[in-house]
Amino acid sequence: MRLSYREATCCSVFGLQSIITGMQLSTAFDEMWADGSSIRRPYKNIKAWLDSEDRPSLKAKRRDANDLFRLTGITFNVYGSSEGEERLIPFDIIPRVITSNEWNKICKGLEQRVRAINAFLYDIYHNQEIVKAGIIPLEMLKNNPAFLLQMIGVDPPGQIYTHISGVDIIRTEENEFYVLEDNIRTPSGVSYMLENRETMLQMFPELFTKNRVQPIQNYPQELLNSLKNTLPETAESKPTVCLLTPGLYNSAYFEHAFLADQMGIELVQGNDLKVVDGFLAMRTTQGHQKVDVLYKRLDDDFLDPLNFNEKSSLGVPGLFDVYRKGRVTIANAPGTGIADDKAMYSFIPKIVQFYSGEFPLLQNVPTWRCSIKDHLQYVLDNINELVIKQVHGSGGYGMLIGPTATKKDISNFKKKLIATPQNYIAQPTLSLSTVPIFTNKGFAPRHVDLRPFVQMSPKKINIVPGGLTRVAMSKGSLVVNSSQGGGTKDTWVLEN
Amino acid sequence: MLGNTANGLFWTYRFLERAENMSRLIETGQRIALTRLSSSDEQWLYVMQTSAVSEEYKKQYSTVEKEAAVDWMLRHPENKSSILSSITSARQNAKMVRHALTTDVWEAINGSFLDIQKLLKNKTREGDLPFILRTIKQSAAVVRGATYGTMLRNEEYDFCRLGTFIERADNTARILDVKYYVLLPSAKAVGTSIDNVQWETILRSVSAYGGFRLEYGHEAGPGDIAKFLILDKRMPRSLIYCCDIIKVHLLSLCSVYRNKPSSLSQIIQLQNRFLTHDIEAIFKFGLHDFLQKMISLFGNLSNQIEIDYRFYE
Repeated sequence: MRLSYREATCCSVFGLQSIITGMQLSTAFDEMWADGSSIRRPYKNIKAWLDSEDRPSLKAKRRDANDLFRLTGITFNVYGSSEGEERLIPFDIIPRVITSNEWNKICKGLEQRVRAINAFLYDIYHNQEIVKAGIIPLEMLKNNPAFLLQMIGVDPPGQIYTHISGVDIIRTEENEFYVLEDNIRTPSGVSYMLENRETMLQMFPELFTKNRVQPIQNYPQELLNSLKNTLPETAESKPTVCLLTPGLYNSAYFEHAFLADQMGIELVQGNDLKVVDGFLAMRTTQGHQKVDVLYKRLDDDFLDPLNFNEKSSLGVPGLFDVYRKGRVTIANAPGTGIADDKAMYSFIPKIVQFYSGEFPLLQNVPTWRCSIKDHLQYVLDNINELVIKQVHGSGGYGMLIGPTATKKDISNFKKKLIATPQNYIAQPTLSLSTVPIFTNKGFAPRHVDLRPFVQMSPKKINIVPGGLTRVAMSKGSLVVNSSQGGGTKDTWVLEN
Repeated sequence: MLGNTANGLFWTYRFLERAENMSRLIETGQRIALTRLSSSDEQWLYVMQTSAVSEEYKKQYSTVEKEAAVDWMLRHPENKSSILSSITSARQNAKMVRHALTTDVWEAINGSFLDIQKLLKNKTREGDLPFILRTIKQSAAVVRGATYGTMLRNEEYDFCRLGTFIERADNTARILDVKYYVLLPSAKAVGTSIDNVQWETILRSVSAYGGFRLEYGHEAGPGDIAKFLILDKRMPRSLIYCCDIIKVHLLSLCSVYRNKPSSLSQIIQLQNRFLTHDIEAIFKFGLHDFLQKMISLFGNLSNQIEIDYRFYE
């Protein structure tokens, strides 16, 4: 591992959450240039293309791309802005390229990981064998608000909890990939994956004539099929699937509308839904119609004021009772948050081993849990070289980046660590790979990560070849938020 | 189809129609101000009365001045019917029901909103007004074209059209009602040039100036204007035309849903009772009373559609 910084704690590409941080670009693995002198093979065509284009025309294309995003409405809402301001996530026109060999490797690792996480969720909400085996301490569940007591003993249709997962992967070397975070509660960003490709197709059709890029456009259809493979037993032969959004002002609203449109399903809000005669139903122009699958893009807490947060006006009273009776599928299942919790993260390799009996194919970034005495001591001794995060924090709040922190910050933070060690984890500062972006001054390497999306049904696991590549647009910055310029790229998985 | 989606489509098209109507009124006001020597800023009060935004204006301003009046109708945030407010609401509703619109329609609405929002960001200079109004009219035409050319003729389309034509019928009735007294047969006797300005305002504000002259000739009187805008089936903004279209789409919904809701009976009753007579009968009934009745019936109809198709509950 190289010494430099990275930080990626967000479970959303929207809002004020940190995306990627990076510095010491020169020491990072560059996916185009490898060691800095010779071009890596997958990028040969990209290099030839960039050499043949002149800068003014690329600039013009970049402007066109932005206009296209605005027109299509691919924007995210900024929280707290009274005008409901809408912003674009910066889009970089240089694709990020992954070979089919690299991709197959990642896929195998993802499939193994997601299957294990699903098995883990079933287990901890039923017999808790993994606790009995002494692998997960009971306290990890007991004291965790993401562990939903209401889910204990509930059988989700098809025994599927993780219908969709967005697993954040970083690369540090030619052959080194790590999982940075499992986004399982409500993974977002897939609309950007799809629209980035659409934009590239419109901007640079010739690139797709010359390169054999695996298509991703069938993601929405595949997702619909996957959800229809996970029906409750009470479902009709023509099941009704709908997408539940918190509404127009949610930061990811565009994505909700986009997916509903692409999947050809209804986009509903809490007030469109009602429990009628023990089933979930949506209010149509002709009265109430039964809903079989609810693709929810709402936090568990808001789902049902009768069973969860009673102040929620976004959810559906009694929804969870219908769910408990197995009369509706909710994707992802309530209570999945326990598996993507930062403290649980460090257990995932063991979880994979426990349920699959195999060695994990995708590695975690090493993590010290400060609740463990030895770990805490290590963290205190090496605080200058570590990134320290709050277990339940997000958005880079309450976080310390050792190498750049002042002495005062460090001594203050040490006090917090000693007072409430269970609230913190620490990770080494490792370097994310870089890919060139097109800047006003020419091409420049920037750090990237990758979020592939994994669909799961009782029939199969499906991973569309691609994902969302997020890129830190500015050089040397430590915490890059999407609101401060974190961007995205089209992600190509080449055909063999 | 969700009741809420029907609601969003209906209101998207109501607001789009409203924005377009408002731009036409401003254009009329501007044209009269520029081409009539005798016109004063007071003329803008008539224009605002026509669009039913004068009362709110008076709460904000003590005098009627052209610049303030134009700004009020174009972009004032306190005016919920200003062009900017209307197009913003239209886009908001469209965003809510984006999945029920075609990509072409959504992009036409969103693109119009982005263009108009940019144009109306700051107070408009008089020199820019023609360009702005032209852009707004063009935007409306693009949305209409995209709707006509790409939307499936299904329930979604029915609700879009219902929104458009209820708003339009309401708008035409209001325009007539504000100036009903200059349209009475007795008004002919007054015969002053000011009345001609008033007539022109009415006709231009429904884009019917040329059409009326063509069909009715220069000899036509004020009564003919009333006839044209109420009973002429060739005129796409006349009450009778709007009601025909409303009925077509309510019937179409009935055939999809195989029922006969109250809104359908209401429109049939409205047509039979109020639109089967000639213009003389309407004058006899009382033009003002007639128009008031129509406006309230359109309101009832709109409410009944909301109930019949479960917009809210």
